[in-house]
Amino acid sequence: MDKFTRLTAPAAPLNLANVDTDKIIPARFLKTIKRSGLGKSLFADMRYNADGSENPAFVLNQPKYRQAQILVAGDNFGCGSSREHAPWALLDFGIRCVIAPSFADIFHGNCFKNGILPIVLPADVCEQLMDDAAQGTNARLTIDLEKQVVVRPDGEEIHFEVDAFRKHCLLNGLDDIGLTLEHAAAIDAYEAKTPSWKPAINGV
Amino acid sequence: MSRTLFDKIWDAHVVERLEDGTCVLYIDRHLVHEVTSPQAFEGLRLAGRKVRRVDETIAVVDHNIPTDADRLNGINEPESKLQIETLEANVAAFGVPYFPVSDARQGIVHVIGPEQGISLPGFTIVCGDSHTSTHGALGALAFGIGTSEVEHVLATQTLLQKPAKNMLVRVDGVLPPGCTGKDIVLAIIGKIGTAGGTGHVIEFGGEAIRALDMAGRLTVCNMSIEAGARAGLIAPDETTFEYIEGRPYAPKGEDFEKAVAYWKTLPSDEGAHYDKIVVLNAAEIVPQVTWGTSPEAVIPITGTVPDPQAEPDEARRAQLQQMLRYMDLQPGQKIAGTKVDVVFIGSCTNSRIEDMRAAAAVAKGRHVAPGVRVLVVPGSGLVKAQAEAEGLAKIFTDAGFEWREAGCSMCLGMNPDKLTPGQRCASTSNRNFEGRQGPGGRTHLLSPAMAAAAAVTGVLTDVRELV
Ligand code: SF4
Repeated sequence: MDKFTRLTAPAAPLNLANVDTDKIIPARFLKTIKRSGLGKSLFADMRYNADGSENPAFVLNQPKYRQAQILVAGDNFGCGSSREHAPWALLDFGIRCVIAPSFADIFHGNCFKNGILPIVLPADVCEQLMDDAAQGTNARLTIDLEKQVVVRPDGEEIHFEVDAFRKHCLLNGLDDIGLTLEHAAAIDAYEAKTPSWKPAINGV
Repeated sequence: MSRTLFDKIWDAHVVERLEDGTCVLYIDRHLVHEVTSPQAFEGLRLAGRKVRRVDETIAVVDHNIPTDADRLNGINEPESKLQIETLEANVAAFGVPYFPVSDARQGIVHVIGPEQGISLPGFTIVCGDSHTSTHGALGALAFGIGTSEVEHVLATQTLLQKPAKNMLVRVDGVLPPGCTGKDIVLAIIGKIGTAGGTGHVIEFGGEAIRALDMAGRLTVCNMSIEAGARAGLIAPDETTFEYIEGRPYAPKGEDFEKAVAYWKTLPSDEGAHYDKIVVLNAAEIVPQVTWGTSPEAVIPITGTVPDPQAEPDEARRAQLQQMLRYMDLQPGQKIAGTKVDVVFIGSCTNSRIEDMRAAAAVAKGRHVAPGVRVLVVPGSGLVKAQAEAEGLAKIFTDAGFEWREAGCSMCLGMNPDKLTPGQRCASTSNRNFEGRQGPGGRTHLLSPAMAAAAAVTGVLTDVRELV
């Protein structure tokens, strides 16, 4: 998992509430054997017309947001099914941070597992950030996870809360596997005590 | 302090206990199949990680693979083909041991683990599949995991877990003739419900469990997940040790003796604490059959379909009505005599040689009822070969049953063996959910002997009338 420390990037405004995981990535894209490459299917039903062409009105299709790494969204972002394909699709597109007044629980947890920072801020603050985002590349936001602040284009700092343990994991790029590997010495020691009778699966 | 079988296995596998009680738990055996592993291998690749213990990992194809003799010539469904090819590329790239479809040892992941001596008592065993609970029959702590956890085990040979609670299901007395492990476990689920074991690991004990052979025990533990339990367990005993001795990947000679000495320390101590205890009397069990779309919707073959009007709870009543509608059954009707279109004998619940023998004993000298299709699908290539050597396959084909290649087959609609909408199936598998065996298909769960009885009579039948 990539570390998340400080990020300065354009933010895309997605002023919708209850964006569910089916909207983030529709079910027909789940039959994949990959978790990468899902970025092109991100928001597919809003992003593309029926004939497969891009819908120029959709925010991420506008030139100023094609490089967006931050998403500012409405209430209850990520509700619906528990599919891990939703954060996989966001990440593959390049989104590393989502700011919203609230998130659905499982999606919120899945974001951290995949190196995405979900930030919860009051609705009125989100509206201000939505306005900043509307200025596109002219108004980049900065996210400083260490200091727990969002820096607006005018330099104003907005504090946000984040679980201390999850912050530690993101700052150090530790997914569950990374975390467990911090105990590698203990795993080695455990394996060294393996009883002599335990067979290996060899010679298949 | 007195400890349960579960406590002992757990304690022996804690690598480290973290502050909040989460444990880094060591995993002895990781079984991998084509459906839940692709993203896990991809994750390893993206992070530049290796499989930590290829000598504790085994891969096989089962869910997607067709079960017709033609399958070695290629697979038609593009998505299945891709998943199988991806698994083959992954095991080659990461050096994971693998039984390909051309190998006689190929079969359902939960059949081949015990059959090969890969699953052993006292082990922790995981697989990206909920019916991993099957392996608990050997006295192993075995449970299903998700794709992120598959990747976690591949990379670290451990999982981050918190201990489950202990539940004892004791089945006293002697099981009547015509009843099997399948009838025991269906009766248990009927009694405690599909959420009865939630948060718990169920240890099955008592005279009737001890009397089961290993195949019967595997069937019981297989369906513990259907009772909501995290895993099912049966204490290892002489039946277990006899079953294991001589299997290809089991310890040999002096190592086997050492292993048995350790395995004998595993059964729960006198006075060990269980958070929940349920007791059943085996003598009261009658061959079971499900009537609805949840495994807890089960009745004796002598029984009648329940009447939703008798159910006081409104939500529950609506649920019963929906089940009756889907299954096209009438309240109060006798379940025996219900006409079936298809019979499926197979799945990780009931596809071992003992199951084949039980079905063949009923099929022998009889013939499939007109208009009924019967699929007999052995759990592994080795079960298939043995059944052929014992003359069971001949009994089936003489009776007009289809004798197929090993795989999950009609247990789930993921390969070409599917029910068509409205078809009614007597099935030895473990889930009767809506559409599980194919969209619109109707499933009645029962034992292999009961399935064979339905095959030759064309209706759900009390097998005791045929023997
Ligand atoms: S036989 Fe059925 S339950 Fe068993 S592993 Fe295959 S699909 Fe799952």
